[in-house]
Amino acid sequence: MEFLRQPWPWWVAGPLIGLVVPAVYWYGGRVWGISSSLRHLCAATLPAGLDYFRYDWKATGSWHLSMVLGVVAGGFLGGRVLGRPDDVVAIHADTRSALQAMGVQDFAGMLPADLFSLASLSTPAGLVLVVGGGFLVGFGARWAGGCTSGHAISGLASLQRSSLAAVVGFFVGGLLSAHLLLPLLLGATGGGP
Amino acid sequence: MSLASESCGTIGTAPRRDEPLWPYFGLGVFLGALFIKSEVASWFRIQEMFRFDAVHMYGVIGSAVVVAAGGVALLKALGLRDAGGRPIEFPSFDTTRVRPNHLLGGTAFGLGWGLIGACPGPLYALLGSGLPVMGVGLLAALAGAWTYGWLKPRLPH
Repeated sequence: MEFLRQPWPWWVAGPLIGLVVPAVYWYGGRVWGISSSLRHLCAATLPAGLDYFRYDWKATGSWHLSMVLGVVAGGFLGGRVLGRPDDVVAIHADTRSALQAMGVQDFAGMLPADLFSLASLSTPAGLVLVVGGGFLVGFGARWAGGCTSGHAISGLASLQRSSLAAVVGFFVGGLLSAHLLLPLLLGATGGGP
Repeated sequence: MSLASESCGTIGTAPRRDEPLWPYFGLGVFLGALFIKSEVASWFRIQEMFRFDAVHMYGVIGSAVVVAAGGVALLKALGLRDAGGRPIEFPSFDTTRVRPNHLLGGTAFGLGWGLIGACPGPLYALLGSGLPVMGVGLLAALAGAWTYGWLKPRLPH
C-alpha cells in the first residue's frame, strides 16, 4: 500500500475524477458539481427570505451535502492517514523561486503556513488570501452557476458553451490574482516581473 | 427564480424518494482523499498552474474532462436510464447559452481561486486534513454565496 502514500500522479487522479461525472449521471441522473452545496448550506441556515434560497434544499441538496461531508472525511483520510501534514508538494523550481521572491518561506504541506494559519488572519495578506479569496470563490461560483467541478469538468465534458465561457473567466481571474494581486499583497521586492 | 435558472445544468432533478445517501458520502470520501493526494488542493499547485510552469493541473483537469466526456458519450449512445429508471437529462451545447454571468462570475471565481488556492471541493478536503484556517475560508465562501443570493436581482446575468 506504499504507493497510496505517495502523491498520486495526474494521469491517475484526472481519469478517476472524470469517472465521477458519468457515475453520478448514471446513479442519480444528476449533474456532478460541488459549489451548489454552498447554496444549500445558506438555504438551510440563513435563507433570510431571499428568492435564491427559497426552495426545498433537503430534496435537491441532500446528495450534495452528503457528498461534501464525505469530502471533509476524505481530506482527513488523504492528509492524515495516507499522508502527513508536512509532505512537500513537488512544484516546479521556477514556481518555487518566484514564490520565494515574493517572500514565501514555508514550503511544507499543501499550502504555505506562513500565509495560511489562524494567526496569519490578523495580517492584511493572510486576511485577503483566506477571507477575500474564499468570499470570491463562493460568490463567483454561484454567479457563474458552477465551479471547477460543475463547469470545468462536468460542463466541458458535455460540451456546454456556457461552461467554456466560465472556464475562460476562471483563467482570466486566476492569472490576474497570481501575477498582479499576489505580488502586490506580499509586497514583492526586487523588481521581478 | 427557480432551480431551472441554474445555468450549469440543473440541480433540480427530482430525487428518488428511496434514494440512499451513503453512496454520495462514500463518493465524497473518495474525492476528498483524491483532492489531497493528487495535490489539486495545494495552493502551490494552483500558483504553478497560473504561472504555466508544469503540466500537473492541466493534466488532472484535461484527463478528467476527456474521461468524463467519454463516459457521457457512452451513456448517451447506450441510451441508459439512471439507477432509478428515469431517462437521464444531459445539458448540451445546444441547450446552453453564454451569458454575462458566466464570464463575470467566472472571473470573480478565478480571482478568488488564485488567492486562496483552492476551489470549493478542496476547501472541504483541506479543512478535513486538519487545517482549521480553511474552515474560515469555507465560511468566507458561504458568505460569498449568500451575498450572491442577496445581490442576484441587481447583478447582470
